[in-house]
Amino acid sequence: MTPGRSGEQAQFAASLHDMLADAEVPAAARRWAAGDRAPGLAVWRALAALGVTALAVPEHDGGLGASVADVAVACEELGHHAVPGPVAESVAAVPVLLAALSAGTEPADLTAGDTADGDTAGGDFAVRGWPVPWLAGLAAGELIATAAMPPWLPWAVDTGVAGLVLLAAGDTVRLAAPGARYRSVDPGRSLSQVTGGQVLARGPTVASAIARALDAGALACAAQLLGAGRALLEASVRHAGLRTQFGRPIGAFQAVKHQLADVAIGLEFAGPLLEAAAAALDEDDKHVARDVSAAKVACTNAARRAARTALQVHGAIGYTEEHDLHLWLLKVRALAGAWGSQAEHRARVMAAISAPASADGADRQTTVAPPTVDPPPADPPTAQRPTAAEDPAVGLPTAGQPAVAQSTAERPAAAGEPAWS
Amino acid sequence: MSDDPGASSGQEPGSSPGRFRAEVRDWLRAHVPARPLPSVDTAEGFAAHREWEHELAAARLSVVSWPVAYGGRDAPLLDWLVFEEEYYAAAAPVRVGQNGLFLLAPTLFAHGTAEQLDWVLPPMATADEVWAQAWSEPDAGSDLASIRATATAADGGWLLSGTKTWSSRAAFADKAFGLFRSEPGAQRHSGLTYLMFDLRAPGVTVRPIRQLGGRTGFAEIFLDQVSVPAADVIGEPGDGWRVAMSTASHERGMSLRSPGRFSAAAARLVELWRQAGDPANTALRDRVVDAWIGAQAYRLHTHATAARVAAGGSLGAESSLGKVFWSELDVTLHETALDLLGPRAELASPEPDRDPGLAGNLEPDGDAGLAGRWLDGYLFSLAGPIYAGTNEIQRTVIAERLLGLPR
Repeated sequence: MTPGRSGEQAQFAASLHDMLADAEVPAAARRWAAGDRAPGLAVWRALAALGVTALAVPEHDGGLGASVADVAVACEELGHHAVPGPVAESVAAVPVLLAALSAGTEPADLTAGDTADGDTAGGDFAVRGWPVPWLAGLAAGELIATAAMPPWLPWAVDTGVAGLVLLAAGDTVRLAAPGARYRSVDPGRSLSQVTGGQVLARGPTVASAIARALDAGALACAAQLLGAGRALLEASVRHAGLRTQFGRPIGAFQAVKHQLADVAIGLEFAGPLLEAAAAALDEDDKHVARDVSAAKVACTNAARRAARTALQVHGAIGYTEEHDLHLWLLKVRALAGAWGSQAEHRARVMAAISAPASADGADRQTTVAPPTVDPPPADPPTAQRPTAAEDPAVGLPTAGQPAVAQSTAERPAAAGEPAWS
Repeated sequence: MSDDPGASSGQEPGSSPGRFRAEVRDWLRAHVPARPLPSVDTAEGFAAHREWEHELAAARLSVVSWPVAYGGRDAPLLDWLVFEEEYYAAAAPVRVGQNGLFLLAPTLFAHGTAEQLDWVLPPMATADEVWAQAWSEPDAGSDLASIRATATAADGGWLLSGTKTWSSRAAFADKAFGLFRSEPGAQRHSGLTYLMFDLRAPGVTVRPIRQLGGRTGFAEIFLDQVSVPAADVIGEPGDGWRVAMSTASHERGMSLRSPGRFSAAAARLVELWRQAGDPANTALRDRVVDAWIGAQAYRLHTHATAARVAAGGSLGAESSLGKVFWSELDVTLHETALDLLGPRAELASPEPDRDPGLAGNLEPDGDAGLAGRWLDGYLFSLAGPIYAGTNEIQRTVIAERLLGLPR
């Protein structure tokens, strides 16, 4: 059912599936929601043993240097099993961010600074070599990372299990300290507001790295949604074959069959969009923004249809916390709005496909970056010169405070620059 | 995504999709008529479309994936998709021979004799012979197995009697193919025979049926003791259902609806939005985006499927997924365009034979020309969820055969 996958990818997905099917993930997700992360962290260690946490880490940093397509295959399986924890963050976005910055920390490219002054005007600024140990920790499965990346990701997920919490916005990556916590509709996620601390890197290269990490995270989130949608369809088919009413399995009724067929169609045609988006990221294709957003829109729609239909087919039992179905239903609801809303992704697709350059047919479409805030609105000018000790608390845009999109004129990645996407 | 999916999705070594695409694009640019041909569903238009097919065939572009001996180029399936994308992007004329090209030919390649291939395919490739399909009957639509038209063995051949209906292109076509009940008393799927017959043969009466758009896109065929030689049976007598189902899968899946049609419509829809869309109307903007995403999904899915088939895979019940998807997508694309056009969407394509005084509306770039093309496409799209097996039948096939729900 996934025609674009290689044999190795299919095998990898199958081995992940086998491991997760035996790992009692629903029970671990319930414990996670109740505050006991130990069984869930055991699942994460098993995932690390299979290489999942090392996929997006470059080989010279101790990882597997796998393709984004491989990362998507893994995230789809993690969504299929409703694995709790910061999946898109720790498996995709943060390693992609750190890898991009690690590649750029050559002194010739990024000017070294020691957290303090340094004239950064027009140049890049970074703590030399800073991403390397974290990449190694992620690859080894010893570190779980999370991040807030406003405005797509205003809160950091699951800071309680994360050894590394970042705030990445605009052209700046900082260490971040978790603050107020919020409940997520998905009891397997917790949301924390974060306060920006030490600046780790800043500059045009950093803006490109953040944009790439946002796309990688949105893609991973779309993959999780697709996997969750498939699990919901499978559960619904099973239930419809077992549950009997009026003397027949309810799956024999055409009204039920046709709804589930529509779910299958939605999932089937979202898959190739996901694969194309992963390929675009791997090839640094000019269509990355368009393809990632198309995949996120389609996977979200397919998963939501799967969720609505699954609940309808299960009936009242599906509406309970006793039944495991709710783990997937609520995760789909949470992920549908994370990593960019449907409206934002649709706007990004439209910006790409209706760009004037595409009118003559062709291949010169301009890149559309994810929305960025630069600098965060509350960031006073002194934040240009932060120190670990006295960095002004850089607030995030709060719910009522719209993020300020950077204007095109200010955007460091100007047209004609090699696209990060 | 690269603009040439063939380049990154399992293209066989040795072929060069880029050069082929360029050849097709250049040829179409030089040859596609600037002014749309008259409707294929008129006698004049049918003849004009046949003429166009002659041009295509002379450039060896009418059946690129067929063997060279029958007028093709032996091109891989992915090249065929490239051809289709370019063809629709160039807004080239509708393929008058599509029933033969996409339904009968695949059946012959799978089940036909060498003689049948030699006899049927070359004139099909040039549209010297245009084929109509004759599946449905007044009492056999979605329930195709309830066919009543008969084939009676006689003099080493067969005599056909009965009524076929909703027969696309039959009003002006030369020949037809369909299923006939050849074993009296046999029920349902057994005792059916797949036959080809001549629409000009004695005993054949064709009654054109005007469609809701006013055109005679299909016809009713009355058969009264029509004599057909034994050599015109495809497969074994009595085995017609199995033979036909291989065609049905083609009709639902890859062959009949190449993604080029939808990709081209989506590109035109986006262009229409650029020209006529109100940026503040985000609801309509989102519909345009969703339609574009759907067309892109269908294109990517088809390319992946083609790569799988090229690698030796087969296409079965999953073609039902595609049939529902493309037919709903086609309606969505056209409905969205009409909603964008607002009041102009009411302007129908002029029909000079019915309203000679309105010929001025024929200007292809005028309001009526633009809206009329979308409206024609919309009316055509409305048939999609019905023909080639209604979408209700397809959903049942998906549920039972792919998902394994109880019958």
